[in-house]
Amino acid sequence: MPRPLEPVSQGTRVVLGISFFVLFVAAWAVATLGGFVSKTFLADPITMVQDGWLLLTRFGFLSDIGITVWRVVGGFVLAALFAVPIGVMMGAYKPIEAFLEPFVSFARYLPASAFVPLLILWAGIGEMQKLLVIFIGSFFQIILMVAVAVGNTRRDLVEAAYTLGSSDTGVVKRVLIPANAPDIAEILRLVLGWAWTYVIVAELIGSSSGIGHMIIDSQALLATGQMIFGIIVIGIIGLISDFLFKALNRVLFPWRLA
Amino acid sequence: MTRTILKVDTVSRVFPGVRGGAPVRALEPTNLTVAENDFITILGPSGCGKSTLLRIVAGLDRPSAGRVLLNDREIKGPGADRGMVFQSYTLFPWLTIAENIAYGLREKGLPKAQRSEIVASYTEKVGLRGFENHYPKQLSGGMQQRTAIARALANDPAILLLDEPFGALDNQTRSLMQELLLGIWERERKTVLFVTHDIEESIFLASRVIVMTARPGRIKADIPVDLPHPRHYRMKTSPEFSSLKAQLTEEIRAEALQAEAH
Ligand SMILES: Nc1ncnc2c1ncn2[C@@H]1O[C@H](COP(=O)(O)OP(=O)(O)OP(=O)(O)O)[C@@H](O)[C@H]1O
Ligand SMILES: [Mg+2]
Repeated sequence: MPRPLEPVSQGTRVVLGISFFVLFVAAWAVATLGGFVSKTFLADPITMVQDGWLLLTRFGFLSDIGITVWRVVGGFVLAALFAVPIGVMMGAYKPIEAFLEPFVSFARYLPASAFVPLLILWAGIGEMQKLLVIFIGSFFQIILMVAVAVGNTRRDLVEAAYTLGSSDTGVVKRVLIPANAPDIAEILRLVLGWAWTYVIVAELIGSSSGIGHMIIDSQALLATGQMIFGIIVIGIIGLISDFLFKALNRVLFPWRLA
Repeated sequence: MTRTILKVDTVSRVFPGVRGGAPVRALEPTNLTVAENDFITILGPSGCGKSTLLRIVAGLDRPSAGRVLLNDREIKGPGADRGMVFQSYTLFPWLTIAENIAYGLREKGLPKAQRSEIVASYTEKVGLRGFENHYPKQLSGGMQQRTAIARALANDPAILLLDEPFGALDNQTRSLMQELLLGIWERERKTVLFVTHDIEESIFLASRVIVMTARPGRIKADIPVDLPHPRHYRMKTSPEFSSLKAQLTEEIRAEALQAEAH
């Protein structure tokens, strides 16, 4: 047994990570192909792959994927663009925090999915509505988490900057922001994951395209293979975006690893 | 008589009581005059208000009463004219060693060419050539404190404030750092206020040793050190050094005992 907190080598990490996927698929195959679970409820892995192939080649599922990715990224980038600066200002300036924090804490608990019917009334079932659902779901979360991170900046670093002649804006720009940039990137990575949940909910109701729409369509046909394929595609996209985020962090913040 | 650069004028500091407790009198009304090129060490037992005094001079804390004058202007807040080296490691972890040293110069808006010239000269002076592109995490504690000293000096402050900068270092490293700092001071004649609780360190570096009492802190003695410059570590075994050390040990011991009795 390894000791607590003892690191593992890169090779072992990859092998272990992949083997759980293998185990997972194996258990699924045994449950379905072995006849333990009815085909109506859960398709087996082979059917899933066949259905998926059909979706991609015959039913233009790739454009659905593209639309969903566009919605998530669009809504999320929009939210981040506004929320990160507000969060930084809230963390840095206590009067702003006192002014906004109670409302943002309240708004954070408003479930984005519950806004879907309301947003359909306001914005119709077009792209605007999808973007707004994701925006509402991400915006307040990002503000609050960024504000907390910035508010917890090491005081001694701020003091050191002042004794080196930094102005107040200098401290915000050249201490608070760079000190918290890796944490902010981590917050964005986390919230992006949640944004995926909101987009699917938005697409399940009143939509004619996207992964969520495909899943709802397949339900009508009892095509569990297609539904599972859709869900797995979301997982894979999440995995890829996570990987990209982490790679980007390594490039942007080498000092964290130093 | 040389020019007075810093004047601490009946400065006191009372911290409000924590959760209804009695207020803490950290610093009794204190007077101190620092002449240009003085190297003053402030010696006192733990908790006597040394850091509090230094932070007030730095402008990071406000006195409850009294004021501090730097070149006849009252100190209202922190500024580049007072460089500070902290007891804890306060290099900016996202900047390389060279960028850390250049921080103050960049805040001043100095052009890049001049910046790198000054940075190169100070990297050289504190013996960090070859580590310019390392991150603070990749350096030992001693190297980090040398960088912090270079970072403060590069700004060319009117006075350098050091709060037990070598407190966390081992004896050998500490001794080398003392010589390094003293060497820089002998060459450049900066004005320095240096807090320590190490008696030998306080004598070796100082032109004046200020001894503080146990809490509430007050200046108890102001002892000139007339040992010749340049000083060498072997001086620590000279009779003059030993007699000063004996004198200060007595002063400090009385304070430590009193602090104990509280
Ligand atoms: N922010 C604060 N709030 C309340 N009390 C404080 C605060 N800062 C310092 N004190 C109190 O003031 C007294 C002096 O503290 P100070 O840090 O100046 O001591 P010091 O001489 O630097 O000690 P050391 O050698 O251990 O660093 C201590 O008793 C401490 O408890
Ligand atoms: Mg202290």
